[in-house]
Amino acid sequence: MDILIMTALALLFGLGLGYAAIRFRVEGDPMVDKIDALLPQTQCGQCGHPGCRPYASALAEGSAEINQCPPGGEAGMRALADLLGREPLPMAGMMEGATQEPTLMVAVVNESTCIGCTKCIQACPVDAIIGAPKHKHTVLEDYCTGCELCLPPICPVPDCLTLREVKPTISRWKWQSPLVKEKEQAA
Amino acid sequence: MRKLWSFPGGIRLPGFKQLSNSDSIRSLPVPERVYLPLRQHIGAQARPVVTVGEHVDKGQLLAEATSFISAPVHASTSGVVINIGSHTVPHPSGIAEECIQIEADGEDHWYPALAPLDNIDKATPTELRAAIREAGIVGLGGAVFPSAAKLKPPRSIDTLIINGVECEPYITCDDMLMRSNAEAVLRGCVLLQRILSAGQCMLAVEDNKPEAMQQLRKALDILIKAAEPGAKDIELVSIPTVFPAGGEKQLIKVLTGQEVPAGGLPYELGVVCLNVATTAAVYDAIFLGRPLVSRIVTVTGSGISRPGNYQVPLGTPIQLLLDTVGVIDGEAKLIMGGPMMGQRLPTGHAMVVKGTNCILVNKPQPKMTPMPCIRCGSCANACPMNLLPQQLYWHARGKTFDKLERYQLSSCIECGCCNLVCPAHIPLVSYFRYAKTELADQTFKRQRAEESRLRSELRQQRLEHMQREAEERKAKRKAARLTSKKKTVSTKVMASPAVENAPHSMQVSND
Repeated sequence: MDILIMTALALLFGLGLGYAAIRFRVEGDPMVDKIDALLPQTQCGQCGHPGCRPYASALAEGSAEINQCPPGGEAGMRALADLLGREPLPMAGMMEGATQEPTLMVAVVNESTCIGCTKCIQACPVDAIIGAPKHKHTVLEDYCTGCELCLPPICPVPDCLTLREVKPTISRWKWQSPLVKEKEQAA
Repeated sequence: MRKLWSFPGGIRLPGFKQLSNSDSIRSLPVPERVYLPLRQHIGAQARPVVTVGEHVDKGQLLAEATSFISAPVHASTSGVVINIGSHTVPHPSGIAEECIQIEADGEDHWYPALAPLDNIDKATPTELRAAIREAGIVGLGGAVFPSAAKLKPPRSIDTLIINGVECEPYITCDDMLMRSNAEAVLRGCVLLQRILSAGQCMLAVEDNKPEAMQQLRKALDILIKAAEPGAKDIELVSIPTVFPAGGEKQLIKVLTGQEVPAGGLPYELGVVCLNVATTAAVYDAIFLGRPLVSRIVTVTGSGISRPGNYQVPLGTPIQLLLDTVGVIDGEAKLIMGGPMMGQRLPTGHAMVVKGTNCILVNKPQPKMTPMPCIRCGSCANACPMNLLPQQLYWHARGKTFDKLERYQLSSCIECGCCNLVCPAHIPLVSYFRYAKTELADQTFKRQRAEESRLRSELRQQRLEHMQREAEERKAKRKAARLTSKKKTVSTKVMASPAVENAPHSMQVSND
């Protein structure tokens, strides 16, 4: 009798689990989505991957380090460390302890020297440059992520495509942490 | 006597009001140049309708409102528009924004087309609201929210509250306005009540302003005797002096006992709250036809030799105002607003704008060095919003911003009560301001990242689609060539190689 009950239970649970596996099947890797949501989406490739999502996949697989994303900065690296349960690492290419936030940059086309070659348009990962062959191009500032992928040598004209800092506005201006001031006073 | 409630926390502060409220309101000579920012209000920036070189009269429209939450800008004196470009605006960052610069001709000549509203007694709320919007009126208490938008709430309103509390120390501009022009304030109240068709209208004044209350009583009696419609419904309420009783949410609590929900707005309770100066500006717009081109500014503090209240044309450089009233100490800090909630300005190059109620210059005081928090909890007792400043402080300091939202940082009104009571002299509000801008920046970046991700995905899809199409074309051509080859066997005609190669090279350049 006991054996029968146990077998029946095992069958029941087995069927339940089997059904759930089909019914609630997860498409793709949800971890990649979670990681991708933390990345700055500049698509700049500075991590050595062809975009943010490929880097997210590499992180999910465990084949990449969490400190490879300069635009995400220290804060981004810490968020990744939290999500993946890894130890925070010093940012690649940065001195240890340096917590400088990356400055926001945008690309600008010098419209007096642009020859209309469309090379930057093809290089832009977020379609932030508009123009047509043999017509001046221009960068849509609101969409530019400052990824540097359009800069020379992609742009064949010297001093045509350059980066500049995003102009500060009141709506985006930030107060300095009082902690910084306190430390300065103590020092 | 109306039953009054009280809000949690708050503190009794020394007023320092007698510094600036002993003299009547003085006027300032017309400045040589005025700088009128296109954004002197919350919401979308106004769009210029004048060009450089154009002569404008006082009160003439310079820039029009661009959306529902926006306000137009008018010339504050007559003269020539000499520039439309960046100029430092009054903000702690010292950032420059778009301004219309006018070189005054000294005549201060009013625009002739300005006229009072016709048939005011019969005007509909819509007409009155439109006149208020066209006059560029925004909340003059400091929040600068466009008043016409506030007067069009999405639900019916039963209580109109006019805020004459002016709870911050030093500031007396509303006090002086109520003393000198009580009738305008009351007539403004009547108009506002008509627009909102509110059942009751309360004008609240702190009990440290007996003269203002007396003037209001007198003016109200005259209006009632003259059988002015609507005057009977105005109730003057004297409330106890506790900082920050003049905060919108605090005042609503004191007068109605109701609490505005966190993240909500007063209209949800059927309440609209406007400042007395705004109310007087509404009177000027409707009865005199004058748009908002000047305001009363309190210039005060221990660093000012002739403190007092001045009627200042908007756009007047603050430095000019300071030169007129005399600054005793050049080292003194320049603060726009009061000592509790005001913000330090890095430079006097900025101008007086619609939201400038006070310029405060105090002699430098010995600085208190912040000490470690001893967790005494005084800040939580003082907080008028029932928050836990100490928790907020730890999380702001430790940059755990997600926790700050859980502790309702967004409800903090930055009143400075916690700062003042902290025995360790920790600049708590500075931490909260810092954390608020950090949080706003994170939200902005997250939105930006989401947009970029979407754009990059769309581009990826488009590229794949193009490649697939190119391959299909290639396959088709191959098939066509095979069939044509079969034909060439019979007809001996060769396909042109150039036609084959052209699309192929195009595909390479697309990669």
